[in-house]
Amino acid sequence: MMNTTATFVFVLFFVGVTILGFIAAHWRKGDLAQLDEWGLGGRRFGTIVTWFLLGGDLYTAYTFVAVPALVFGAGATGFFALPYTILIYPFAFVVFPKLWSIAKRHGYVTAADFVHARYNSRMLALAVALTGIVATMPYIALQLVGIEVVIGALGFSTQGFVGDLPLIIAFAILAAYTYTSGLRAPAMIAVVKDVLIYVTIIAAMIVIPAQLGGFGHIFSTVPPEKLLLKAPDAASLNGYSAYATLAVGSALALFLYPHSVTAILSSNSGNTIRRNMSLLPAYSLVLGLLALLGYMALASGVKDMPEYAQYFKAYGANFAVPALFLHYFPSWFVGVAFAAIGIGALVPAAIMSIAAANLYTRNVHREFVNTNMTPEQETNVAKLVSLIVKVGAVVFILALPLTYAIQLQLLGGIWIIQTLPALVLGLYTRVLDHRGLLIGWATGIGVGTWMAVSLQLKGSIYPLHLFGYVVPGYAAVWALIANLIVSIVVSVLVRVLGLKRSDDRTRPEDYLDIVEG
Amino acid sequence: MAHEATTGTGQPRNKHWLWLLILPWIGVVWVPFYNKIEPVLWGFPYFYWYQLLWVLISAVITAVVYKKTKALPSGRKNGGAR
Repeated sequence: MMNTTATFVFVLFFVGVTILGFIAAHWRKGDLAQLDEWGLGGRRFGTIVTWFLLGGDLYTAYTFVAVPALVFGAGATGFFALPYTILIYPFAFVVFPKLWSIAKRHGYVTAADFVHARYNSRMLALAVALTGIVATMPYIALQLVGIEVVIGALGFSTQGFVGDLPLIIAFAILAAYTYTSGLRAPAMIAVVKDVLIYVTIIAAMIVIPAQLGGFGHIFSTVPPEKLLLKAPDAASLNGYSAYATLAVGSALALFLYPHSVTAILSSNSGNTIRRNMSLLPAYSLVLGLLALLGYMALASGVKDMPEYAQYFKAYGANFAVPALFLHYFPSWFVGVAFAAIGIGALVPAAIMSIAAANLYTRNVHREFVNTNMTPEQETNVAKLVSLIVKVGAVVFILALPLTYAIQLQLLGGIWIIQTLPALVLGLYTRVLDHRGLLIGWATGIGVGTWMAVSLQLKGSIYPLHLFGYVVPGYAAVWALIANLIVSIVVSVLVRVLGLKRSDDRTRPEDYLDIVEG
Repeated sequence: MAHEATTGTGQPRNKHWLWLLILPWIGVVWVPFYNKIEPVLWGFPYFYWYQLLWVLISAVITAVVYKKTKALPSGRKNGGAR
C-alpha cells in the first residue's frame, strides 16, 4: 500500500534539506558559541533571507493542512485565516521595527529581555518568557501533525511504536542540525520549503479547478449555509463577531510568538522588516488559495472514495488536502507536495525550538538559576534546551489525540496575546505599571483559559452575553480586553496610592531607527 | 543643529502616512462589507474575491507607506558622535 515513487521523492528532499541544515553552520560564518550568532544568525539577514525565513516561519504545515481542513469542515468561518494575514502586516510594520532597534542597541535576544529592561521587573519578564515557551509547545506539536498526516498518506502506518518511528527520526535529524547550526539552518532550509510550497500551490491551482469544472462549479457544490457567515439576528451577532475577532485576535497574537520575534530580531535593520511587511502578503495570497483547497476537496468528493476512507477515519478533515493531491497529482508530484508539507513543518519547528530555548536561557536560567553565565555557557544551555523542547513536542503529539490541530494553535494564541500590553504598549509608553501589567496578564490567562475550558477545549469562540444579546467571539480577544482593563485599573491605583515606580533602563532615543550613514 | 545629537538614528519621515495602514483593518474587520455572494467574479462569490483583493491592496498600501516614511540618516555622513 506504500506509495513508492512519492516516498522516494519525499525522502530525497528530506535528505537534501538535512545536508543543507548541517552546511548552514558555515554560512555567513560567525562565532556559534555566542547566543546572538546561534540563536539570531548574528542579526545579519537581509531583505530576501528575512522574507524566506519569516514566510517559512509564519506559513507552516498548519497552513497546508489545517486551514483547508477547517474550510473543508466549517466553510466560510475557516476563511478567517485570510483577513488574519491581511491584518498582520500593517500592524507589524508600525510596531516591530521599534523592537528591533531597541534590541539591537542593547543586545536583547528575546521580547522578555526588552520587557525586563523597560519595567525593571524580572517577574513580569518571567511571565512573558513562560507564556512564550508554553504557547510555543502546542504550536510545535501542530507542526508534527502535518508531518504525521503526510507520512500516513504516503502509505505508512502511523499507529504504535513502529508507526511513530518516522516522526521520531525526522525530529531527531531536525534536533541535530538545529543544535549545530542554530537559526542559520531553518533560514537556509526555508528557501527550499518556500519554493516547494509555491510550486505545489501553483500546480494545484492549474490542475485541480480545471478537472473540477472551474471555480464556479467548485463553489456551487458547497452547501449554501457554509458559503457565507451566519448573519446576525435578534438574539446574536452570530458569525460576524466570531469571524472578525478570530482575524483580529490571531493577527495581534502572531508577532508576539517567540518564533516571530526571533525571525524579526535576526534581520539586519528596521527597514528590512518594513520592506518585508509589503512583500510578505505574497504568502497571504498563497494562503487564500490554499484555503480554497478545502472547497476543492469538498467538490471532488474525495471523502467518499473508498481508497481514502481509512485515512479520513484516522486523520479527519486534516486528510482533505493530502487526499486531493493523491487523487489529482502523479506520484512523483505527490512526493514534491508532501515534501513541501513535511519541510514546511521542520522550518518553523526549528525556529520555535530556538526561540523557546533563547527565552529559557535569557529570562529563566540567567535570571533565576545561574546569574553569572559566560556567553559560551549561555549558548550551551540554549542548545540543550532546544533539544528538550523538541522531545517535549514529540511526547505531546504522541500522547494526545490527533483531531482539529488548529484548535491547539488557537489555545496557544489565547495565552500569547496576554503579553501584548507589556510588550507592544511598552514600546510606546511607560504609563502602565509593571504590577498592573502582571496582574492584568494573570487575569487574561485565567479568563482565556476558563473560557476555553468551558468550551471543553473544542473551540475558542466564546459566546459573550451582553445585556441579553449574544456576541460570539475569539476567547483570546475577550481575555485581552479583561487583561487591559485590569492593567489600567491597577496602574491607576498604583499612582493614586503613590507607590514607588520601577526604573526604566531604556532611553527614548533607543527606539529610533538605526541608520547606516 | 538639532539633528546632530541623533547621529546614527533616523526618525521615519512624514509619520502621518502611517494612518493609511488603518485602511486594511477597516476593509476586512467590518464583515457586513463583504458577507454576500453577489457580485460573482470568475466563479468566486464576493466574500472570497473581496478578501483576496484586499491582500493585494494592503500590500500596495504598505509599500507606499514604506516609500513615504523611509527613515533617512538624520546626521552627517561620517557620524561624529561615534
